Amino acid sequence: MNRLRLLWDSSVGKKVVMAVSGLIWVAYLVTHVLANLLVFQGPGKINAYSALLRGTGGALWAPRLVLIGALVLHVIAAAQLTGRGQEARPVAYAAGRRPHASTLAARTIRWGGALILLFLVYHVLHFTVGTAHPDFVEGNPYQNVITGFRDPVVVLVYLVAMAGVGLHLYHGVWSSGRSVGISPPSPRPLRRSLALVLALLVWIGFSIIPIAVYAGLVR
Amino acid sequence: MVEYDAGDIGPDMSFLEMLDVVNERLMERGEVPIAFDHDCREGICGSCSLMINGVAHGPERGTATCQLHMRSFADGDTISVEPWRARAFPIVKDLVVDRGAFDRIIQAGGYITAPTGSARDANTILISKDTVDTAMDAAQCIACGACVAACPNGSASLFTASKITHLSLLPQGQPERYGRALRMVAQMDIEHFGGCTLYGECQEACPKEISIDTITRMNRDFLRATLSQGHGAIARAE
Ligand code: HEM
Ligand code: FES
Repeated sequence: MNRLRLLWDSSVGKKVVMAVSGLIWVAYLVTHVLANLLVFQGPGKINAYSALLRGTGGALWAPRLVLIGALVLHVIAAAQLTGRGQEARPVAYAAGRRPHASTLAARTIRWGGALILLFLVYHVLHFTVGTAHPDFVEGNPYQNVITGFRDPVVVLVYLVAMAGVGLHLYHGVWSSGRSVGISPPSPRPLRRSLALVLALLVWIGFSIIPIAVYAGLVR
Repeated sequence: MVEYDAGDIGPDMSFLEMLDVVNERLMERGEVPIAFDHDCREGICGSCSLMINGVAHGPERGTATCQLHMRSFADGDTISVEPWRARAFPIVKDLVVDRGAFDRIIQAGGYITAPTGSARDANTILISKDTVDTAMDAAQCIACGACVAACPNGSASLFTASKITHLSLLPQGQPERYGRALRMVAQMDIEHFGGCTLYGECQEACPKEISIDTITRMNRDFLRATLSQGHGAIARAE
């Protein structure tokens, strides 16, 4: 039995896979949010950045494939672990089980994940492929963002999804360090500052764009 | 669920004494008493195991059911009592569950090899105070199963991690360290416990307040064992 097989076959190993694949996406999200904030500097910068990425031609597919691979593993492991957890308690507590320590973020991690998955599909069709965009112009992301966020429903979808992503990261960034065994021991193990900072950065960073566009602050 | 009336209960009675009183009255009336697990009644054996109002070992922190007193409840309260619910802990009768799955996890690697014969001199192996403290904190686990009961995933991670932490921090536990992590984690899965989402409910429910830091250590040992062939751990685990 090889090592990767051993890892994948174990509940602990699957969490390692989830942590690593999740952190790959976290790294991407941080880059993505910082790049998106270029919209506040007018069309020049962000369109140039977009042209730069597209100019790499096929090479852009390398990171894309890494992200897709990571996502597939993350989602499969999530589904399997969710199933395992449910099978581990076939009979529920009649009086319920009162949660004490778990954060809202932890308790919504699975719903959040499902929400993110749905959002990803919509988001790619909206701003990358353009089929879900009312007025898509190839190669002009600035324009697409401005026209794309005219619809309040679209703005709302993005805001809900980003709240979901923020919560997912508030738990995920913290738990992944523990899943791979690198978090140092702590007198208050549930405390997390790095996860809070990253979750806030991603949540606020992504959310202010649709808000600003809809409010007419970016045009 | 069946409702029993428990009158005349003093505030200083323990929860188990209250159940004794209820059972005595049932027997006086010729009814079958409620089966529940107990032994030491001082929080060291890990026998008692009740989900009280949806909380493992009841409302007080850091106490086992046997150390819980009736003063923690208001007069006239209806208290719901359930057994631990997990696929790995089949119900034997009423409130008694079979925690044999924990024994099998221990058998899989929760031990050290030690030379037999005459006892060695004390203090021949020096261990730092910090290490001993951390190991002994983990060693407090009484294997009651509250972690499993409180976990939304029915995971035995805190139990298994406590044993792994306790043994793998001490010099005596080193020879089997990585094989132990692989085998105990594998057994945990075989017994149909769920995985760990790090909800943190287990450390809150633990009567010994064992930290989820132990789970981080278990994950680290498991990952090291899996990734390095050097320890020959994989071969030994199979
Ligand atoms: C932008 C995309 C995503 C990022 C950055 C991300 C990140 C993370 C991270 C870092 C973790 C922690 C892993 C650990 O504790 O070891 C995590 C956990 C989790 N993720 Fe994601 N995730 C993403 C998308 C998804 C999707 C699409 C799903 C499911 C459809 C999902 C479902 C889950 C679940 C269920 C967990 C908890 C697993 C468990 O402990 O049982 N995630 N995520
Ligand atoms: S009866 Fe021994 S710990 Fe409660």
